[in-house]
Amino acid sequence: MLNLGAALPEMFMAVSALALLMLGVFAGKDKSFRTVSWLAVAAQVITIALVVMGDGGSAFFGQFSADPFAKFCKVLILIGSATGIIMAMNFAERENMARFEFPILITLATLGMMAMVSATDMLSLYLGLELQSLALYVVAAIRRDTVRSTESGLKYFILGSIASGILLYGMSMVYGFTGTTNFTVLGNTLVGGELPLGALVGLAFIFAGLCFKVSAVPFHMWTPDVYEGAPTPVTSFFAVAPKIAGLALFIRVAVGPFGGAVEDWQQIIVLISILSMAVGSFAALRQENIKRLMAYSSIGHVGFALVGLAAGTQEGVTGVLVYLGIYLVMNLGTFAVILCMRRNDRMNEEITDLAGLAKTKPLMAAITAIFMFSMAGIPPLAGFFGKFYVFKAAVDAGLVTLAVIGLVTSVVSAYYYLRIIKVMYFDEPVEGFDRNGTEMNVIMAVATIIILAFVFFPNPLMDSAAVAAASLFGM
Amino acid sequence: MSDWPILSIVTFLPLVGAALLLLINGEEATVARNSRWVALWTSGFTFLVSLMLWVNFDATTADFQFVEQADWMPGLNISYHMGVDGISVLFVLLATFLTPICILSAWEAIQKRVKEYMIAFLVLETMMVGMFSALDGLLFYLFFEGVLIPMFIIIGVWGGQRRVYAAFKLFLYTLLGSVLMLVALLAMYFEAGTTDIPTLMEYGFDYNMQLWLWLAFFASFAVKVPMWPVHTWLPDAHVEAPTAGSVILAGVLLKMGGYGFLRFSLPMMPLASETFAPLVFTLSIVAIIYTSLVALAQQDMKKLIAYSSVAHMGIVTIGAFTFNQHGIEGSIFQMLSHGVVSGALFLCVGVVYDRIHTREIDAYGGLVHRMPSYALIFMFFTMASVGLPGTGGFVGEILALLGAFEANTWVAFFAATGLILGAAYALYLYRRIIFGALTKENLKTILDLSPREWIIFAPLVIIVLWMGVYPVSFLDIMHVSVENLVNQVETAQAAAAQAAQLAAN
Repeated sequence: MLNLGAALPEMFMAVSALALLMLGVFAGKDKSFRTVSWLAVAAQVITIALVVMGDGGSAFFGQFSADPFAKFCKVLILIGSATGIIMAMNFAERENMARFEFPILITLATLGMMAMVSATDMLSLYLGLELQSLALYVVAAIRRDTVRSTESGLKYFILGSIASGILLYGMSMVYGFTGTTNFTVLGNTLVGGELPLGALVGLAFIFAGLCFKVSAVPFHMWTPDVYEGAPTPVTSFFAVAPKIAGLALFIRVAVGPFGGAVEDWQQIIVLISILSMAVGSFAALRQENIKRLMAYSSIGHVGFALVGLAAGTQEGVTGVLVYLGIYLVMNLGTFAVILCMRRNDRMNEEITDLAGLAKTKPLMAAITAIFMFSMAGIPPLAGFFGKFYVFKAAVDAGLVTLAVIGLVTSVVSAYYYLRIIKVMYFDEPVEGFDRNGTEMNVIMAVATIIILAFVFFPNPLMDSAAVAAASLFGM
Repeated sequence: MSDWPILSIVTFLPLVGAALLLLINGEEATVARNSRWVALWTSGFTFLVSLMLWVNFDATTADFQFVEQADWMPGLNISYHMGVDGISVLFVLLATFLTPICILSAWEAIQKRVKEYMIAFLVLETMMVGMFSALDGLLFYLFFEGVLIPMFIIIGVWGGQRRVYAAFKLFLYTLLGSVLMLVALLAMYFEAGTTDIPTLMEYGFDYNMQLWLWLAFFASFAVKVPMWPVHTWLPDAHVEAPTAGSVILAGVLLKMGGYGFLRFSLPMMPLASETFAPLVFTLSIVAIIYTSLVALAQQDMKKLIAYSSVAHMGIVTIGAFTFNQHGIEGSIFQMLSHGVVSGALFLCVGVVYDRIHTREIDAYGGLVHRMPSYALIFMFFTMASVGLPGTGGFVGEILALLGAFEANTWVAFFAATGLILGAAYALYLYRRIIFGALTKENLKTILDLSPREWIIFAPLVIIVLWMGVYPVSFLDIMHVSVENLVNQVETAQAAAAQAAQLAAN
């Protein structure tokens, strides 16, 4: 059935993106940035409401599904991108990148992500993925007058295209050996027993392409460079929304069409997860640039999230979703801090620039410390529960070795999070930062409250994640 | 009063105090003064409330008391479950008793960022009390690891020269141990379907699983106790921590490991505990003798006391793994008395450190001439540490050794040898600091104990004497619970032996 109603949020997003483009063009390039930005935020907020209130169901003849899983991920993505636009506004105006295209590109990328997480067919998957990727390539290079930004956009583009190619190749293999691209049909065809060799090769290629998109090792090389080179608000957006969308897509592909062949892909995910956690922990130890550090940290976090997927069970998927929700909050908060690292109207990106923050801005230092402890997974902060759920699923699925390796690498990663706290609290202060923008303070405050309060009210996030995961397993 | 959630109040009251501290703003001197008073009142009041536990405690039953249970994560069958028995209630009291003393001891020593310091201590108190009264594995883990956050900050911000190194070492060492415990907890949860501690105690894991679980828990608790050879974080942390940090570290945090053995390892993994008891004995004996010898050679007062802590905790682990009434009671008693005595010794070091600002033993000598009362107090606690009859230290050691003697004569023999060395380093330290001629210039004007310091030491002296002269008032509380624990372990071990017998026939 066509059933356009199920895709109402996406259609609204598409229409608003186009309308905003018109507005930007006709209202004049420079003046409209702030208006377009706020309208884009409003569009995302309305879309959240539409997503939440939507009836669900499938559309476009089985190519698209608005099941609770998709809804859950869409809400996270939309929160991520709306916050991303808000965080970018002041930065863009100060750093001379206030182009009205920016919020529109973000909106389009978000639309692509929404299509990705709803995709139940290889083709719609690819469509969403490319819409997202193309918008993101441009966003990475949005400061086209600086070398770093252009370089990062170009790198992202070239490597991203290769990954898309690999992904497409895998899809064509799967299609060639099974004769269908629909997830449901694939799931029924590939159930039980051994996969046909061609489909197995196709699966490996698809996973390789997806690993690139979520920056899992060994396809992570672009991440540090792009994170460092892109303007900071863009980095903060990259670290959140596309990650969530990519992982959601990963889950959908893994447990949907290939859900019957868990044994075939489990070992791949286990390996990728171990490598990501290890690289994310060890490579970050010596980083001096905080954006690069966050890049490695995000690689590590993807590894942790994949631990839950490796379990291949409903609990595992629930764990990943909880993890993503918490990851979203922690990362937005942390990037709000990074965006506040301005001194004499210039951005600072070195970790040592945070020295003595506890003296110059005690509250911001305390908040950052909370984010860092949470990222390191120290209870009773929210980050611990994310890890707890995925590792619980892994132990339940008998992957005890994976859990032990993962937790040990999390100890290693604790070192570099602690180092930031050390710099803030134990080192002598340098000159203080400029005043924070109000919107940053609000974002930091909200993130802190969520991280602190999660231990008391874990159920809303957990329950909705459980519902979302259940929908994927057809229960 | 009995329907009040006393345990939750005791646990979270300090957190309320910390929140109040957050609201204090204004001039630095005013903030500092107000913070000190708020922290002192909060912790003092918490101590008073915790006395309700003592008063209302029913020592005739081994059941958990003051139990509170509330939904926390119903989907996962994990609940907010608190309660104390005869083993844990005394540790709760130890934590609430030492915190006000720590805050009082930092009254003048801490001059920078007083507000943050007090917040860290109050948060720490919440974590400690919560850990001792948690009856759910996940809740326990939450508090157990949560302790690291304030401790890291306390050592790192207000510590000595190498504070950064010490803080990192403490954090990463204990975190590494703890994550293995987390895996074990998850495995238990997977097996038994719950993290509820009383349920897990009854569960009866099979032998192979017990071995792995035991090792994972051991990794965590052994670091915390600390046992040789994973004790190396302790001297560093102690030396660099501010005085109050050392007090709480030696007084309460080390006991978390010992308590963990009694709460998890023994009742949940009795067979594995039996299998690994020789390992624990060996490590403990090595710890007692080796660290005592190391202590003899120390030049730094705090380091010496830190090593002595490792030795004393060796007695604790020996006692715990004797599986008999004397041994376990001795182990608990030793933890309590060591908590008070070593805390007091660190305070003694703090007294002279505040005046001279060095911990080098050679920088002192002949203090008795200028500080007679200090010499008396220091003497008292040195003797208590050595285990002089009439002090708390004696009772714990003799009980633990008695238990060890029942279990294995050689263990008792070596442990007792270690105690002789203990007397040697403690008295040697005392001689070098207090006696001799007063030759150093800067010591000639040193002042004796101030009234504030008297107030700090007085309750400690009273408690140590009380524990030494009339230990029954403490032993009575733990007696039934320990008896129950011993029975539980013996039953499980006997059943396994019988099964093995049957299988052999």
